[in-house]
Amino acid sequence: MWESFGFEFVNFYFVPGIVLGCIYALGAIGITLTFGILRFANFAHGEVMMTGAYVTWTIMALTGALFGWALHPLIAAIPSVFLMILVFFVVDRFFYKPFRKAPTIKVVMASFGMMLVIRSLVQILWGPNQITFVKGIAKPNSFIRELTGSMDMMILVPNKHFLIMGGTVVIVMLLGYLLTYTRIGKAMRAVSDSPDLALVTGIDVEVVIRATWIVGGACAVAAGVFLATDIQMLETTMGFRMLLPMFAAAILGGIGKPYGAVLGGLVIGLAEELSSYPWIGDAPLLSPGYKSGVAFSIMIVMLIVRPSGIFKGRTF
Amino acid sequence: MDQLIGYFLYFCSLLAVGGIYSLIALGLNVQWGFAGLFNVGIAGFVSIGAYTYALLTTDTSPLHYGGLGLPLAVGIVAAMVASGLISAIIGVICIRLRSDYLAIATIGIAEIIKLVLKNNSEITNGPRGINKIPRLWENFTEERFYNDWPMSWFASAETWQSIFSSLPRWWWQPCFALSIIIAVYVVYRLLEKLRLSPWGRMMTAIRENEPAAHAAGKNVTGRRIEAFILGSMIMGLAGAVLAMHLRLIEPTNTFDPSKLTFLVWVMLIAGGSGNNRGAILGSFLIWVIWSASEIVINVGINVIDDFTNIHVGILSTRAGYLRMLLIGLLLQYILQKYPLGILPESRPTASSKT
Repeated sequence: MWESFGFEFVNFYFVPGIVLGCIYALGAIGITLTFGILRFANFAHGEVMMTGAYVTWTIMALTGALFGWALHPLIAAIPSVFLMILVFFVVDRFFYKPFRKAPTIKVVMASFGMMLVIRSLVQILWGPNQITFVKGIAKPNSFIRELTGSMDMMILVPNKHFLIMGGTVVIVMLLGYLLTYTRIGKAMRAVSDSPDLALVTGIDVEVVIRATWIVGGACAVAAGVFLATDIQMLETTMGFRMLLPMFAAAILGGIGKPYGAVLGGLVIGLAEELSSYPWIGDAPLLSPGYKSGVAFSIMIVMLIVRPSGIFKGRTF
Repeated sequence: MDQLIGYFLYFCSLLAVGGIYSLIALGLNVQWGFAGLFNVGIAGFVSIGAYTYALLTTDTSPLHYGGLGLPLAVGIVAAMVASGLISAIIGVICIRLRSDYLAIATIGIAEIIKLVLKNNSEITNGPRGINKIPRLWENFTEERFYNDWPMSWFASAETWQSIFSSLPRWWWQPCFALSIIIAVYVVYRLLEKLRLSPWGRMMTAIRENEPAAHAAGKNVTGRRIEAFILGSMIMGLAGAVLAMHLRLIEPTNTFDPSKLTFLVWVMLIAGGSGNNRGAILGSFLIWVIWSASEIVINVGINVIDDFTNIHVGILSTRAGYLRMLLIGLLLQYILQKYPLGILPESRPTASSKT
């Protein structure tokens, strides 16, 4: 059973699917919060993810060259988070805030423009070519391999995948604490559920918006760094490639529902990887070239059947 | 003299590409300017038109499906129909939801179209693309065209050959540019007629006050889907013309969203959304700025090269991104300061006939 089916399925389809799902989930949290609280689809979100990864790499390279430190990506990501939150603040102040009272489509257009502005800025600064993020081949964790191997169900998971899955669990737990127990978190949920009612109860919407950018920015950088850790390189198009699955995850989970976004991200990630498993016969069910079409199909089906998503989010 | 001809031909190609952009912008104007539908998948609809035209009209080739060698007009009509069909499917699903969803869905469909074109190598020749696409006017000098009807009705192959050899090599260029301009004019006149018709006024009513239009018994969703399909059909037409102009199309670089989708949006917003004349003006204006900025940046790089020791290789590879950045900032500036564009929309008065 394990030899014929489980080994290949778990190691080459299921675990990568979960890992990809974690990355989508972290990105989709920011998208769903922005969509729920500021009421627009932020097309620039993927680019902020990508820029966060580039900044993290630069910090690693600079500290390596200047002080000879070999910083772990997660430590280098901390200053990058602050910088990206600052980027979100600046973009919001100069490009999104002027349209707060205007029809939302204006700010969607502005965010679409920002997507290209941020990307071309990164391409100017770092150049259009791929950059190696982490060198070397990721070997499977030997402890897990031997432990599961002795039980006749060998599981090959590289350390980077443990890092991504563990990091996502920690971030989602922190986010859960923030949204359930803190004042600002409750205010964010209130604005997302009903902005008018929130305003009446004296919630300062501008503070909530700032908190949204902070949470969204932190999650976006984490997603970007995890993605770069997973594929071990940096590309200027990697943010745009993530954008559609992240939107699909946000819509699947329900707009304005962070837990929905996490679930949606995991579902989309798994569906993308499992779609190329040879379910029938020996050939992949769906050619891997069409992987990114899976997220889109799920999104379209969801828009037809239940636009409010699994967790009954907002529809506009 | 040769230099003058060179300038003239450069002018022709500026006109041709500007005209293609004008067609796309006119199509977008129907969707955004008339109906308020936010389409960011322009590249996808244009590529559908271009590939349909290419597969139907090119000569038989072992590299991709067919090359059916059909008449050019059939290819153009089929390009419009194909683009319209795809947009009908998307429209029926997404238009009843808010504009953000349509934006996400259109950007998605553009990606899916790109995937399909890239992966179905036996039909589209995959990333290597389709070449030798027949171009209007120039195609008459090709053997399979003057040997076949309708050209063979008027003169024999030898006569055609001698006619073409007596003409300068570039004779088709001004004809091609002129044909595109005529196409732009025809589409413009038709759209103006449509704008002033009851249909166009209904579109404005729906865009400005949807509940009121709904209460007045107008089929809001139906009209929007119609506008979406019509706009995409014009984009399909533009795609066919683009395929003619380029003669070689492939899925990724030819239909780069930042150069098609984004640039066309800047053109329409700058020219004035809702105004057909504005769409054309914006297209030519932004296209000239875009082309001129390339020359200016290259001159700048040469100056840096002459007077300093800076290695200019990096500069010239990244200059294209600088242009993109500036155009992006230009869009933000126009959106905030001049949201109506150069030629603001003018509403037809109750009695106006023009």
